[in-house]
Amino acid sequence: MRKITYKEALREALREEMHRDPTVFLLGEDIGGYWEGAFKVTKGLAEEFGDERVRDTPISESAIIGAAVGAAITGMRPVAEIMFGDLTSLAMDQIANQAAKIHYMFGGQAKVPLVIRTPFGAGVNIAAHHSQSLEAWFMHIPGLYVAVPSTPYDAKGLLKTAIRGSNPVFFCEHKLLYPIEGEVPEEEYTVPFGIANVKKAGSDVTVVATLYMVHKALNAAKELEAEGISVEVVDPRTLTPLDERTIIDSVKKTGRLVVVSEDCKTAGVTAEIAAIVAEEAIDYLDAPVKRVAEPDTPIPFSPPLEQYVIPDEKTIIKAVKEIV
Amino acid sequence: MQRRESGLELNLSKEKLIEMYRKMVEIRSFEEKVFELYAQNLVPGTIHLYAGEEAVAVGVCSNLRKDDYITSTHRGHGHCIAKGAQLNRIMAEILGKKTGYCEGKGGSMHIADFNIGMLGATAVVGAGIPIAMGAGLSIKLRGTDNVVACFFGDGASNQGTFHEAINMAAVWKLPVIFVCENNVYAMGTCQSRVMLIENIADRAVAYGIPGIVVDGNDVLAVYEAAQEAVERARKGEGPALIECKTYRHKGHSRIDPAKYRPKEEVEEWLHKDPMKRFKEKLLQTNVLLEDEIQQVEKEVSTEIEEAVKFAMESPYPSPKEALEDVYAPM
Repeated sequence: MRKITYKEALREALREEMHRDPTVFLLGEDIGGYWEGAFKVTKGLAEEFGDERVRDTPISESAIIGAAVGAAITGMRPVAEIMFGDLTSLAMDQIANQAAKIHYMFGGQAKVPLVIRTPFGAGVNIAAHHSQSLEAWFMHIPGLYVAVPSTPYDAKGLLKTAIRGSNPVFFCEHKLLYPIEGEVPEEEYTVPFGIANVKKAGSDVTVVATLYMVHKALNAAKELEAEGISVEVVDPRTLTPLDERTIIDSVKKTGRLVVVSEDCKTAGVTAEIAAIVAEEAIDYLDAPVKRVAEPDTPIPFSPPLEQYVIPDEKTIIKAVKEIV
Repeated sequence: MQRRESGLELNLSKEKLIEMYRKMVEIRSFEEKVFELYAQNLVPGTIHLYAGEEAVAVGVCSNLRKDDYITSTHRGHGHCIAKGAQLNRIMAEILGKKTGYCEGKGGSMHIADFNIGMLGATAVVGAGIPIAMGAGLSIKLRGTDNVVACFFGDGASNQGTFHEAINMAAVWKLPVIFVCENNVYAMGTCQSRVMLIENIADRAVAYGIPGIVVDGNDVLAVYEAAQEAVERARKGEGPALIECKTYRHKGHSRIDPAKYRPKEEVEEWLHKDPMKRFKEKLLQTNVLLEDEIQQVEKEVSTEIEEAVKFAMESPYPSPKEALEDVYAPM
């Protein structure tokens, strides 16, 4: 099968959906023909579809999402790009109070088919305002779906599902995933929401990881395998809806759980997944649940400081060994 | 910035003028009834009454088609009525009933009727402004000749959303009429305490669009200002900001006695009551006779009683419905 990058896979999804459905359009800062996106996801799209459908906006995050909400409730399918995940805080009212609540608050009258794409993640030395992983904020908003693709295949398939759906989707990308290559079929496919992917089967411990951490978990699993520890790696692919069944079934099999995420530990992704397993499968656990997450600090700039706070293969292996 | 004087001549048909008067009476009577029900403890939560500001919603919405859009605020009953929503379903929503527009999920501050382009009331001050702009963008992309009227207050004009959204609407020439209902007070905060400018419409200059100040208690003046803005917008010539100087007769919400407003000021504004002025004008110009006016008022009164009966007799939603409609079917 052909291999393309995560970034190219996202671009293919956008291009194909724009061809398929004239109501799909893109808006965001510097996504058009002049800059083609801070991470070049939209490269070539303005040239192909024009400035109206690949729309450069002023630096006004709140109005970008507001524009997307207004367009979505009147028949369009906007895909808004927020240049860095950290900047979603500027648009939080439109995301949390408007986009996510309109369907419910108005008694189901309106649909809000909009996608907000944004990159999270540390590791490229751009400090506290361009490096956070804030997925958990969005898991805490009923009415919003949260996608966390870790591979080019999932990136394309989940983005297509997001664009075609009837609900607002917060689509998390990761800076370090953009150049990663992976197999993506030429033919049409989508990836459904709420279906986790068991990336690697194993019998001694379950490691649940998302986004870039999936790759680190797989590397760690490989090393542990060499030492005779069999690791099952589960990638939820969407945090809302969350495929609790697959996680619980895996824990029932292995009896041990390590949850890995790049967001802060307190009230984060790892906390939620650990709590679900505690509630639903505590009798199957042979050891305490371990959480591998960023410590509760802002992301620091200096390379040794930054590397210290990002979970890596070593911290994952350490956590696994503590409970196996 | 242009200033509109009241009492301009209009070539409106008698039917149109009666319809406008009827809408104003509907809003006033509806709000008086809501206040009465609230005082009897029959309305859960809070209420923000539109009484005193009727000329704004009616003057603007009388220029709109059914398929045009509006966005609204926490003080939104008047916008709904002016756009053509049914009184009984608004009342039912305010009482939290299953037959309400939002099946009891929204309440007084969140009424929407997508069938008539009423895109909903948001209770976050200023949050509807970018949504209205987005509806304008949608119109432009879909290539129809609809327009959006975006209602908000003087308080909202200090939110970043006001500035961000108007700038975007201006630069993209979107068909949006930004209607600032300047009722002098943002909750208890007088405009003069939080702005150095007297006219919010002056802010239009910053975005390169027309800004118009109008007597918001003169329905014909509002109508004419909105007519020009709607025509421009329909032709693709972009947005406008209309500031309507008006006043709420009641406090901000619930039973707020509004002690922060000087008595003389309140009296002065009550003297400028938009209903009274329009009625006098209709009588003076012989457009309507006293008995025709009374006929309208009688019909509306019956309509309101029926709305209350409908709402009171409607069932509450079943509690488990609280869990429904969080997401639309995929």
